[in-house]
Amino acid sequence: MTVYAAPGTPGSKVTFKSRYENWIGGEWVAPVKGQYFEDITPVTGKPFAEVARGTAEDIELALDAAHKAAPAWGKTSATERAAVLNRIADVIDANTEMLAVAETWDNGKAVRETINADIPLAADHFRYFASAIRAQDGDHAQLDGDTVSYQFHEPLGVVGQIIPWNFPILMAVWKLAPALAAGNAIVLKPAEQTPVSILVLMELIGDILPPGVVNVVNGFGLEAGKPLASSNRIRKIAFTGETTTGRLILQYASANIIPSTVELGGKSPNIFFSDVAQEKDAFYDKAQEGFVLFAFNQGEVCTAPSRALLQKPIYDSFLGDAVTRASKIIQGNPLDTDTQMGAQASNDQLEKILSYIDIGTKEGARLALGGERADLGGDLTDGYYVQPTIFEGHNKMRLFQEEIFGPVLAVTSFTDYDDAISIANDTIYGLGAGVWSRNGNVAYRAGRDIQAGRVWVNNYHAYPAGAAFGGYKSSGIGRENNKLALGHYQQTKNLLVSYSENKLGFF
Amino acid sequence: MSTPTITASVTITGETIPRVELTPVAVDLLRSLWEEHGPLMFHQSGGCCDGSSPMLFMAGEFITSDQDVRLGQFDLAPPGEPGQPLDFWMSAEQFNYWSHTFITVDVVPGRGSGFSAEAPRGVRFLIRSELMTTMTPFAGPTDTVEADAADSPAPVVAS
Repeated sequence: MTVYAAPGTPGSKVTFKSRYENWIGGEWVAPVKGQYFEDITPVTGKPFAEVARGTAEDIELALDAAHKAAPAWGKTSATERAAVLNRIADVIDANTEMLAVAETWDNGKAVRETINADIPLAADHFRYFASAIRAQDGDHAQLDGDTVSYQFHEPLGVVGQIIPWNFPILMAVWKLAPALAAGNAIVLKPAEQTPVSILVLMELIGDILPPGVVNVVNGFGLEAGKPLASSNRIRKIAFTGETTTGRLILQYASANIIPSTVELGGKSPNIFFSDVAQEKDAFYDKAQEGFVLFAFNQGEVCTAPSRALLQKPIYDSFLGDAVTRASKIIQGNPLDTDTQMGAQASNDQLEKILSYIDIGTKEGARLALGGERADLGGDLTDGYYVQPTIFEGHNKMRLFQEEIFGPVLAVTSFTDYDDAISIANDTIYGLGAGVWSRNGNVAYRAGRDIQAGRVWVNNYHAYPAGAAFGGYKSSGIGRENNKLALGHYQQTKNLLVSYSENKLGFF
Repeated sequence: MSTPTITASVTITGETIPRVELTPVAVDLLRSLWEEHGPLMFHQSGGCCDGSSPMLFMAGEFITSDQDVRLGQFDLAPPGEPGQPLDFWMSAEQFNYWSHTFITVDVVPGRGSGFSAEAPRGVRFLIRSELMTTMTPFAGPTDTVEADAADSPAPVVAS
């Protein structure tokens, strides 16, 4: 095991600045109104840096810089842009531990996850889109002997991106990489809960990019996010967050007649058919782990498998084993590589989770594990920790219908295949799902029948670059994490060319 | 005089019992935000990062439609003062799953909340819920949890 030194103590992998300004036009720029807010680490509940409290004026400066940079960046060859993305990936890889510790301190998640998932995936994501843009062809059609239709991909120009706090660096990269590959300039607003780690990344990669190609303005949603999302100087707005803000952003986009991709909530079912338990073998062990993955990233994942559906014949035994397994989750200092579950990202997040545990109890759900705030003592006593919590109930309960965004699992049973699909689809969301079965036919059919953009079959919570990610139903519009995302950042230019010397003959 | 709890008027056709209330601390905050921003509205959000929380916007900022339900209207004004109406909205599809619960809007320390107006104050609106005693839209499936589970949930009982 390794325990990374806390930032601000000797030997820490990362040294935060006491104050972070906005990153605009390739340099640090103080917020126009001169205001800052404190960034609090969920690990201890204490502030550790000041961050620019950006406003509409700062968004305008960032848009100025982006508009200045966009034309030249948009004309670079795919080869050049791919080389830039690959250089960024190399720098991320060379600084994995530093970025991982920064991310853990900003967000509260366990460092084993940032080291093994968030940061390596971010690097790989840049490489994926470096490859994808190199491999992307235009299109043409010979419409008749003398007429050819050519289709070119063109960048949109300047785009806005609003990033969530649950994977601050990785979710930023999911949006940055395709937008950059496609040749756009970007104004990005991180989440106000986790504003710093992206700036640590910008310190590393800022000089690889031409000034103004990526601009980062921090601040609150109302003060900085809204001026960005509603600006008539962006050609697209991308957002990950909750449904009401998603709808609001789509309303702003409609006012400007620009496209918007939104990745919103989820309440993902994780379905376990009886045959998973026919042997107590490696596959059973894997399925058990798949159940416990509700606690991955403290449950702060839009695709968290927050509803477990167990077939009746195995309900008691499978759940019993899984509760035992979940009870062994190691909660502790997020900077300890042995820690499996870290802190929730903010105090209000903690309070919301506890309020859902309360309503779950009131609705009559049966508590099988956890159900309380966890006091880890020492320096961590004021951090935002919640016990892994498992409830049994039925799918009409609010516990089963609302995204809690915490380590709270709602478990119910199903009788047969049709019942499983019916329960799985009885939700307003359609982001993720899991299907576990030894029968490939059943697993395939279930995967196709569940109305969700990502169905994991006999695995869960893998996010490899290349696998398209996005929502059905109220979970959003658009796909990320796949070359399809390039299309969300490109215009289609059609050149319709006549190679004939002969007139049309109409006039 | 200390700030009272404010209960929303009934706005759903055919209903007679309020569905939403504000704690005194929420009332104080809303009055202060009203002074700063003018008329306000709530829209209860669904899931994801800052979700499952009430979002406070300038009145009319969020365009509601037939796909939304207005759960109630608060009047923030102290008695005798000109009215300060504040509507509480929720998407209709979400209301299908919430309709059996009485909602109390409270305030907790926090950071961030989409575009909600209170975030710069370092606080966050939070929903607390009680089961409604007389509303009956909440009819759980008869086949709950599993046959031999502890007593089936008795949802229509106040806590």
